[in-house]
Amino acid sequence: MSARQPLPHWVTAFLMPALNVALAFVIGGLVVLAIGENPLEAVSVLIYGAFGYGEGWGYTLHFATNFMFTGLAVALVFHMGMFNIGVEGQAYVAGLAIMVALAFDQTHWTVVFVTSIITAGVLGAMWALIPAYLQAKRGSHIVITTIMFNFIASSLMSYMLGQVITRPGANAETETIDPVGRLPLLRDIPGLEFFGFSPVNVSIFLAIAAGFFVYWLLWHTKFGYKIRALGHNPNAVRYAGVSAVTVIIITMMISGALAGLVAVNEAVGVQKRLVVGYVNGAGFVGIAVAFMGRSHPIGVALSALLFGALYQGGQELAFEMPSVSRDMVVVIQALVILFTGAMSELFRPALERVFSARSPGAETAKAASESGSG
Amino acid sequence: MSESTDTNGQRPDAAADRPQGREVAIELRGINKSFGPVRANKNIDLKVEKGTVHGIVGENGAGKSTLMSILYGFYTADSGEIFVNGQKVTITDSKHALELGIGMVHQHFMLVEPFTILENIILGAEDSAILETSIARARAELKRLAEDYSLTVDPDAVVGDVSVGQQQRVEILKALYRGADILILDEPTGVLTPAEADHLFRILEQLREQGKTIILITHKLREIMAITDNVSVMRQGEIVSTVRTADTSPDKLAEAMVGRHVLLRVEKDKANPGDIRLEVNNLTVKDDLGVPRVKDVSLTVRAGEIVGIAGVAGNGQSELLEAISGMREPVLGEIKISGNPVTFHGDDGAARLRRAGLAHVPEDRQRLGLVTAFEEWENSILGYQDDDRYGKGLQLDIKAAREEAVRRIEKFDIRPTNPRLKTANFSGGNQQKIVLAREMDRDLEVLIVGQPTRGVDIGAIEFIHNQIIAMRDEGKAILLVSVELDEIRSLSDRILVMFDGHIIAEVAEGEADERTLGLYMAGVNEPAAAE
Repeated sequence: MSARQPLPHWVTAFLMPALNVALAFVIGGLVVLAIGENPLEAVSVLIYGAFGYGEGWGYTLHFATNFMFTGLAVALVFHMGMFNIGVEGQAYVAGLAIMVALAFDQTHWTVVFVTSIITAGVLGAMWALIPAYLQAKRGSHIVITTIMFNFIASSLMSYMLGQVITRPGANAETETIDPVGRLPLLRDIPGLEFFGFSPVNVSIFLAIAAGFFVYWLLWHTKFGYKIRALGHNPNAVRYAGVSAVTVIIITMMISGALAGLVAVNEAVGVQKRLVVGYVNGAGFVGIAVAFMGRSHPIGVALSALLFGALYQGGQELAFEMPSVSRDMVVVIQALVILFTGAMSELFRPALERVFSARSPGAETAKAASESGSG
Repeated sequence: MSESTDTNGQRPDAAADRPQGREVAIELRGINKSFGPVRANKNIDLKVEKGTVHGIVGENGAGKSTLMSILYGFYTADSGEIFVNGQKVTITDSKHALELGIGMVHQHFMLVEPFTILENIILGAEDSAILETSIARARAELKRLAEDYSLTVDPDAVVGDVSVGQQQRVEILKALYRGADILILDEPTGVLTPAEADHLFRILEQLREQGKTIILITHKLREIMAITDNVSVMRQGEIVSTVRTADTSPDKLAEAMVGRHVLLRVEKDKANPGDIRLEVNNLTVKDDLGVPRVKDVSLTVRAGEIVGIAGVAGNGQSELLEAISGMREPVLGEIKISGNPVTFHGDDGAARLRRAGLAHVPEDRQRLGLVTAFEEWENSILGYQDDDRYGKGLQLDIKAAREEAVRRIEKFDIRPTNPRLKTANFSGGNQQKIVLAREMDRDLEVLIVGQPTRGVDIGAIEFIHNQIIAMRDEGKAILLVSVELDEIRSLSDRILVMFDGHIIAEVAEGEADERTLGLYMAGVNEPAAAE
């Protein structure tokens, strides 16, 4: 029993994440202060680096595209009440899709785009299928299995890149996509030259579409209804005659497919070839993105943008203020992840006190039913 | 109401069996507690006399639990004063309440099942870092308590192995061990057999004789009449009346609780059974741990009759319901709906049974029957979400589902009437109506109903019972499982008694009195022989 009022929606959706980010920046600022730099200057460099000019914006959006895919992948599985920690590995293995793109006709980017979306999606889904099956059928905890599958993915890809699909004469990378088959960058679109030499490409539209797809799936389909029911009450799902095994396997495969789309943006769109470790932690950032975005596609999009800005601004910061080393930037990023992800509920008790003192309107029957269960 | 001040034995005949001006163990003055706009307790004045059993009755949401939670230190009142033994106190938490001599026995036991009774009793009250010294002291104290109050338990038995009645005794002992003089019991008989409940009442009488004060929260008016000295009725956060139990009657109390006249008895015509709709043959079902809980059970339910399964909770009724509803695969046996055998495979059996024409009101609506985090309309399609009328293909026809929910809200008088409200925000009775509306408002052959009125207000009970009777009169076959013997007796056309996984007796309506059924429920096969 809780004597407290539920918080208004806007507080949990916007105020709490904003306070968490602010706190992360305050503590990050103290770290910067401790090494003898001016925190305000550091913040302004970071913000300018992320949003101050076209190319900075471009990089921010490029990182955000990756985080959108991984954040959605994690968020979707959250709704089912489970953790997909394996997004990193699913995205990495999906990079093999580039081999299909390379093998096919590379005469126009649309061909490359469509074939790599399909193959990356399928590969990501297949990599998620095994842990999903083990969870659904055998009860092996999906957190453990997906973590292990990240390691397997890493080793598998090192082997593939080093031994099997290596470009002759190169060290652990594949052939590069022909110039005519490369995905258009945003700056190639008339009117968007503003983005300069940043790698943001047409995959960002795919990310936005993925957001709409996840929203539609969760709240407008019968399958999404089952996902959410399973997340809230597995017993009720059994009562309803919904096969949890089917829901877990299909949802995990959709999640893996979303993770796989990172390969379209990063490997096909930016690197134009497959290189070792190209996912570079985006899968893990996706966990924080999903947390901070409250697993809602709009929230995921906004927090993907924030993390994109942190990545881009952080690189700028390391470049502009040499005493703030790259490691220091990672510390600040980690603080944001810590406060928005792991400690996202930090302000809830205090806010609940504030708002119950102000006695908001809604949730009338709630207190009555809570107060009278005996 | 003015009656609420009339607690202190002002009437002359009360003085005959009770000394005038008894000491007051607990006095509450002007207690108010609000949750947001909801006033859970309004200007509560209550005096509980020392050495008495004081009953508190009221519907769900009347504010009983809130009031007791204030007394036990879970909540702090917004305003008002609390006096314990004449001293004004501010109770900050349950530890503080215990120091003041107030102990609570919760509805749901707070015991560590793999621990022994002794270990449970000292848990949180260990007085040294070395367990042995605490245990030795507790053992001696327990012996004394057992002698004083005939609260006999085996201190070395593992709590998980002893009966529910014994577990409850452990809870009472826990409170006494911590020095409680005032015991609050929250719905103590919900899980007990009639015999165990009688035993509990004997213990309470003994405690009262030894000068302990007992506050008994219950919704069973019979218990109020049987054991309490005084009774307070709560309605919508207020104490509407406090009277000597001897001066009132169940009908008067029910009327005070609901605020209108209620029928405590169900009125129904004689059943007119038709063809067999549900047939269960030699069913054996194991629980999740592989323990057989239903053993070779066979039964039939015909169209237009209500078959009731009586029994103490935990004798296999839950597993029987789960198997018949397709949620749990039986080890052996066969289930037929309207003559068609049901197949078992996979984890979506419940959907197949629904398609065969079975509807299921589960025993535990919050655990099984509802997704409480969902909006009301979403729960209104649970189990039927794949029906074509909620959209063909992948997409969910939200509009159709909501329109149907609105219709059912009206038909079943579900309140509040907003289908977009989260289900957790509905009261227990209204949640039950959401489930009933979903399961009853459709074409069906067989309706199986578990604990239809558990935690439901008296007013809603009347409605629910009438709905079940109406379904029967429409020619549906109804299987009813309830631990409330009164409910089984008043609704059923035939009664089966389940004990230890077996059906040990079948009696026709009106052929068994409460005592006989109680003996069957306790596993006595031949009640006549046991006399």
